[in-house]
Amino acid sequence: MDKRSNAILTAIAHVVLIFLSFLCLFFFYILIINSTRSHVELQRGFSFLPGGSFLTNLNNVINDPAIPILKGIVNSLIVSTFCAAITTYFSALTAYGLYAYQFRLNKAAFTFIMMILVMPTQVTALGFLRLITTMGMDDSLLPLIIPSVASPAVFYFMYSYMQSSLPLELVEAARIDGSNEFGTFNRIVLPIMKPAIAVQAIFTFVGAWNNYFVPALVITSKNKQTLPIMIAMLRGADYMTFDMGKIYMMITIAIVPIIIVYLFLSKFIVDGVTLGGVKD
Amino acid sequence: MQKEKKIKGISYAKWGYIFILPFFLSYFIFSLIPLVDTIRNSFFEYYTSGLKVVGPNWVGLSNYTSLLSTDLPKYAWNTFVMWILGFVPQLAIALLLAAWFTDMRLKIRCKQFFKVVIYLPNLIMASAFSMLFFALFSNAGPINNILMNLGIIGDAIRFTESTIGMRGLVALMNFLMWFGNSTIMLMAAIMGINPSVFEAAELDGCTHAQMFFKITLPQIRPLLTYTFITSLVGGLQMFDVPQILSNGQGTPDRTTMTLIMFLNNHLKSKNYGMAGALSMYLFVISGILCFIVFKINTEKEAKPPKDEPKKETKGARA
Amino acid sequence: MMKKKLLSALLAGVMLSGMLSGCGGGDSGGSGGETAEEGKVVNIYVWNNEFQRKFNAYYPSVSKTSNDLSVTYLEDGTEVHWIINPNQDGVYQQKLDEALIKQSSASADEKVDLFLAEADYIMKYTDPDVGAAAPISSLGITDADIANQYKYTLQAATGADGEIRGLSYQATPGMFVYRRSIAQAVLGTDDPDTVNEAVSDWDKFDATAEKMKAAGYYMVSSRADTYRVFSNNVSTPCVDGNAAVVDPNIMKWVEQSRKYTDEGLNHKVGGQWIDEWNQDMGANSKVFGFFLPAWGLGVCIQPNVEGTDADDDWAACSGPQPFYWGGTWLLAAEGTDNPEHVKDIMLQMTTNREILRAITVEDNDMTNDQPLMEELAEDPSFSSPLLGGQNHIAVLSDVAVNIDLSNISPYDQGFTELFQNTFGDYFNNVIDFETAKSNFETAIAERYPELTGGVKWP
Repeated sequence: MDKRSNAILTAIAHVVLIFLSFLCLFFFYILIINSTRSHVELQRGFSFLPGGSFLTNLNNVINDPAIPILKGIVNSLIVSTFCAAITTYFSALTAYGLYAYQFRLNKAAFTFIMMILVMPTQVTALGFLRLITTMGMDDSLLPLIIPSVASPAVFYFMYSYMQSSLPLELVEAARIDGSNEFGTFNRIVLPIMKPAIAVQAIFTFVGAWNNYFVPALVITSKNKQTLPIMIAMLRGADYMTFDMGKIYMMITIAIVPIIIVYLFLSKFIVDGVTLGGVKD
Repeated sequence: MQKEKKIKGISYAKWGYIFILPFFLSYFIFSLIPLVDTIRNSFFEYYTSGLKVVGPNWVGLSNYTSLLSTDLPKYAWNTFVMWILGFVPQLAIALLLAAWFTDMRLKIRCKQFFKVVIYLPNLIMASAFSMLFFALFSNAGPINNILMNLGIIGDAIRFTESTIGMRGLVALMNFLMWFGNSTIMLMAAIMGINPSVFEAAELDGCTHAQMFFKITLPQIRPLLTYTFITSLVGGLQMFDVPQILSNGQGTPDRTTMTLIMFLNNHLKSKNYGMAGALSMYLFVISGILCFIVFKINTEKEAKPPKDEPKKETKGARA
Repeated sequence: MMKKKLLSALLAGVMLSGMLSGCGGGDSGGSGGETAEEGKVVNIYVWNNEFQRKFNAYYPSVSKTSNDLSVTYLEDGTEVHWIINPNQDGVYQQKLDEALIKQSSASADEKVDLFLAEADYIMKYTDPDVGAAAPISSLGITDADIANQYKYTLQAATGADGEIRGLSYQATPGMFVYRRSIAQAVLGTDDPDTVNEAVSDWDKFDATAEKMKAAGYYMVSSRADTYRVFSNNVSTPCVDGNAAVVDPNIMKWVEQSRKYTDEGLNHKVGGQWIDEWNQDMGANSKVFGFFLPAWGLGVCIQPNVEGTDADDDWAACSGPQPFYWGGTWLLAAEGTDNPEHVKDIMLQMTTNREILRAITVEDNDMTNDQPLMEELAEDPSFSSPLLGGQNHIAVLSDVAVNIDLSNISPYDQGFTELFQNTFGDYFNNVIDFETAKSNFETAIAERYPELTGGVKWP
């Protein structure tokens, strides 16, 4: 392969990447610019330069008791963090249980999970809502968290990862060293699974953070609402204090915390996947 | 060697059960019990009209037939169209980027920056993103404003009032939110390939295209399948973006009404009978998809001639 | 009459000194001693913070509010809990309905005590068979207490058994609010009486619209702007038995909107409460006017012209047909454990003249006290700066007495929302007329499964 064709391809790659990056960032650029402009300024048309109403808009949003956005951020953080932790841990645990142990129902259990792999939770939403009402868990954050113990897709990812990166010899060696089964999982298997857990924790966190369908049906009181429910209210026709500056600011507030979390974890996830486990 | 393993496997069997118990317990309580309840409700006329509760009255399959006579097939088609419009470019771009990023012969600068940027939209809350697009693409919004100021268009493009416009916006959002995610996933898979394979190929004078199609693609098939699965699940569940963009109406002419939006309408109006029957249709569609995916996966698991002692042990026991 | 005035004055006085407890607010006779049996929590269901804001500002015995405003504390220690759910998509009604269905089994502190309703769906709750709202007579509210309220507000809240079940603090007759500068440019005058001549029936309105177009302006912003003017003047309720009925007047709206859209007489804005609609009220707008009630001045127009040279460029006239928009009724929930508090809140907020005066003057809202409104209509010192010093109550108080609510139904909100949505696609040329009709039929069947009779077209 000659160097010139590499150089051309490199150039093309850069053009495509810059275009895609522009596409990804441009909308957020408009968002942030608009969140600094007042309603009347926004009515005059778009400007590429920021305005001076950032703090006014921020104050208007934070001090609007109709949409307690700070409370929403806290609720969303609670749900997403617990979901990410619970999903990854129990998925890895389940995958390990089926990967490392031979027992009579092993194949049946594996087959079952594979059969429900793409089953959307929405198909049982009706029964789910009725169930949690009977259990007295309606209008609570718990039904948004606990069911994440069973996440077939994450299980499958963990299982596939174990197949490629977790030699059973390692488990054998731990047993010889006198480690008990639970300890082996926590001390030896989990660290090896770290890249897979990191990737899946992020996906689960984002999934829970984005989740609007079930929370909107489960949560009724204002102080338990998660962010997506509050954002969806902005689209409502009877939003009394209509102010575009405030709307842009609210969307900004909904997006910024997650970007901060991402900046902390981006190295972990992007590099984490390359770490790999014990191979061969 | 094999015998030894088998004996050990049996003695540790109870740990297997213990480790998988939480998963199955949770699934039983939060999915199977609701499923049974959902099935049961689908055979009843059972709804709330304002403050009056009608039913439950046994009506057999009439909920199912009346759903088919409404627009159910149309909503299934809408969902599919909007998914495929986003998924095709998503996978194509992701494969291309993943191949470029992992090709050591290309000198791509600021790799980390690009990776971080393209993954960014995936973190944006779908409802916030949708609300943002609604504001940006409205007739008097910034996008039209910019295009008109640049002289590209004379009159505002009425994105939110045409079928193509709305479906296009939904697909664009789905694409933006997921292509970075897929890229990162596929990169992980490509980097998992033993580098010596690439080194050998490079020494043999392989072209980029050859390397991609002959080595990379076959090697990352498992993860491609996984990407396809997750996207399929996501597509079938499509809700937030069209819901907020069209204010729950599926405008225009219900061409952006997805299956889950339809379900949401019935759940919200407390029409348990209809919601139950609709859920069952979704269950059947999902069941078919599940089966296809299951087939793909089990064939894949059965095929590889890899040295996996565990699998052989399993096979010997069966 | 004299006695009422005295009472109001007394109340206003005590309101200032802040001494009165919530239960002492009336000479309601014989129930003063029951205070001890009243529950400690008053639950109020609302769809936004508008009434909450007014309550916190004007209700005499408010002592303080919690930081997140979800609880208002009264001076006797009673807590008022606010349960707010948005109106959109019928969410407010669903949540309220769930609570009302559970009302009899709910614990005292969780019972719904007071809830608010709009004209579009108040009938659902005043239905005596449903038993959701208590007749005001059962609370001890007399005809004399409500003698000053506009008849249509009482008519709207009267159940099939003739009992009144809700009281409103608002009067929401509508007016045609137009830009003075555009009126000057096209009609040669901005005088409300003369302009009203040009829009006083639909034929004249259409002719004026043509003139506006010829001069480069738009008559209205959105087709939704004229909808209520037609739908408030229908000859039958929108539901008859188990069938939805589309009134000929609604089809006139379809015709008009088709014409306005095709000929560019409106600005083709998709609906109200969206960014474009707001922009059309801004200083650079080419839209002549909007159909709005009094609250529309403060809520809709003001934020869009604040600090621009259009902030006094408006005027109001009564327009082609009387109409109303919105309105907020207070209903006592059947089974409330706080009847005395509920009664007092209803009386204070809907009949206390000083409170109503304050709401009218300070909040720019028209209130439900006919003599007071007539007094303000004549008051040369009362005027709206936004309207260039015009007294809009003078315009509205004539409309208010002409409002006829005999054709409202419990389905109005859903009907309006679904009709505008499905026909919106028709106006945008996405679908043809027949498809719009069948889409509307589908939408109605989905939202209201009990309407098995389909849709009757005129």
